Amino acid sequence: MNYPFQKTKMVPVPSHSIIPERDLGKTPILECQHLGVDFGGLHAVNDLNLAIGRTEIAGLIGPNGAGKTTVFNLLTKVYQPTRGTILLDSVDTAGKTTMQINRMGIARTFQNIRLFSNMSVEDNVKVGLHNQERYSAAAGILRLPKYWKKEKAIHERAMELLSIFDMQDMANWKAGSLPYGAQRRLEIVRALATNPSLLLLDEPAAGMNPSETAELMKNIVKIRDLFQIAILLIEHDMNLVMNICEGICVLNFGEVIAKGTAEEIQGNPAVIEAYLGKKKEG
Amino acid sequence: MLSFLNHLINGISLGSIYAIIALGYTMVYGIAKMLNFAHGDIIMVGAYVCFFAVSSFQLHPVVGLLLAIIVCTVLGTLIEKLAYKPLRQATSLAVLITAIGVSYFLQNAAQLLWTSNPKLFPDIFNGAAIKLFDGELIITVSTLVTIAACIVIMILLTAFIDKSKTGKAMRACSEDKGAAQLMGINVNRTISITFAIGSALAAVAGVLLCTTYPSLVPTTGSMPGIKAFTAAVFGGIGSVPGALLGGILLGIIEIMAGAYISTSLSNAIVFAVLILVLLIKPTGLLGKQIREKV
Repeated sequence: MNYPFQKTKMVPVPSHSIIPERDLGKTPILECQHLGVDFGGLHAVNDLNLAIGRTEIAGLIGPNGAGKTTVFNLLTKVYQPTRGTILLDSVDTAGKTTMQINRMGIARTFQNIRLFSNMSVEDNVKVGLHNQERYSAAAGILRLPKYWKKEKAIHERAMELLSIFDMQDMANWKAGSLPYGAQRRLEIVRALATNPSLLLLDEPAAGMNPSETAELMKNIVKIRDLFQIAILLIEHDMNLVMNICEGICVLNFGEVIAKGTAEEIQGNPAVIEAYLGKKKEG
Repeated sequence: MLSFLNHLINGISLGSIYAIIALGYTMVYGIAKMLNFAHGDIIMVGAYVCFFAVSSFQLHPVVGLLLAIIVCTVLGTLIEKLAYKPLRQATSLAVLITAIGVSYFLQNAAQLLWTSNPKLFPDIFNGAAIKLFDGELIITVSTLVTIAACIVIMILLTAFIDKSKTGKAMRACSEDKGAAQLMGINVNRTISITFAIGSALAAVAGVLLCTTYPSLVPTTGSMPGIKAFTAAVFGGIGSVPGALLGGILLGIIEIMAGAYISTSLSNAIVFAVLILVLLIKPTGLLGKQIREKV
């Protein structure tokens, strides 16, 4: 399968990383410097340097247990880093809580789907929109005109977001009763509802068949073009990664072993060794 | 036949009180995943506040009720902040023990402040009653008000949880706190609001309880608290309609058992029914079976 996605020219930036040339004029949306976390004596992630351009689709790959999801948990402050800094749009995120990080612009999906499965599809999106539309408690209790106006705006926004994946018709379904692929799509919509500038997708294609994956690839690019945001994804489906990711970072045992474009990564001996093992001598 | 009807109405009335208290238990459990055993004692504080407002300060009972609601809301939020919030990451057992500690603290503080002498709660409705069938069926106004209050509270609360933004945040937190946080929801604030609502309901329950059973002592709240907890488990803890169903059924069973079997055995029968229900349906009447993934 080949996709007509243009190959992006990548250029190096200070933190030993590369970003797309078109994003060069602006500060990277995310910069990790010497990021690390220890669990007991184990360096789960060590000395991670990573920069992501403002409209880049970046990939984070590596064998099982390499620390990919741990990186997501560090970025969203589910874990507090032991070492290093995370700059989100040049703002240091040290000491911030998960909730504050979301409000600063990082949204994510989960490897194992974590929707609010007893709530309706629309309500799931509305939870994401929670902080976008504000009205006072008084307006909410007294049902002032402002409340209705805002509620209408929230409803319309939710429908608009669902329409990205043609899910408007499922708005009243219970999220838990959706088919698997639709649940994965709903997670992305819910994350988008929080108005992120960086979207983290944790194995978005897991459990999908090839045609669903092809659809997903188109949609990831569509989301980037539509919202003009950066997307960092973890994925084991190499077809997806090599086709849509502009910058790719390879982790193994918590360390970065390679960084570059799809072509550079595919030919990198360290990467091949990490995935397939060492070639037997002789 | 009429006496049966009378007992039934009394049962529903008592059950309404249990249901209102059970709502507090069930909401806090659903969202904070903890059993707030101090909930019953907040009822007692609410009753005392209303008692002093009406008896000592000659205020209108409605003002007394509002004062009780305000004091209990503040007290509930304060307890949550001081006693439970620091233990958010602790084991559920530690939180449970703390809740029992808070319960004893409130009871003993009440004993110090107001002594253990029973106070006679003023008869707010002056014994007003509706007499039907030549006075053979007497329904007191306090019974009717209690049932009406329960219905109104249920409707308002259901609408709040279903429709409001905070209600959605509460449902989101009850399902997955981690994911809710990642959606930018302030989980701590949502838990505080839940405690505030539960405590406000406890105040209402306290005042209603004492209009029906007017003897007020520092341990007034503990037995209804435990019964309401039972009602919440009976209906399926974490479920709002379950709390209503459990509460009303428990009230009816208690009154009927007292009337037709034995007054001294009525509590034993109530708990026996609970055990029976849990043996047949361990999640309670309306509780959902949660399958753990392996």
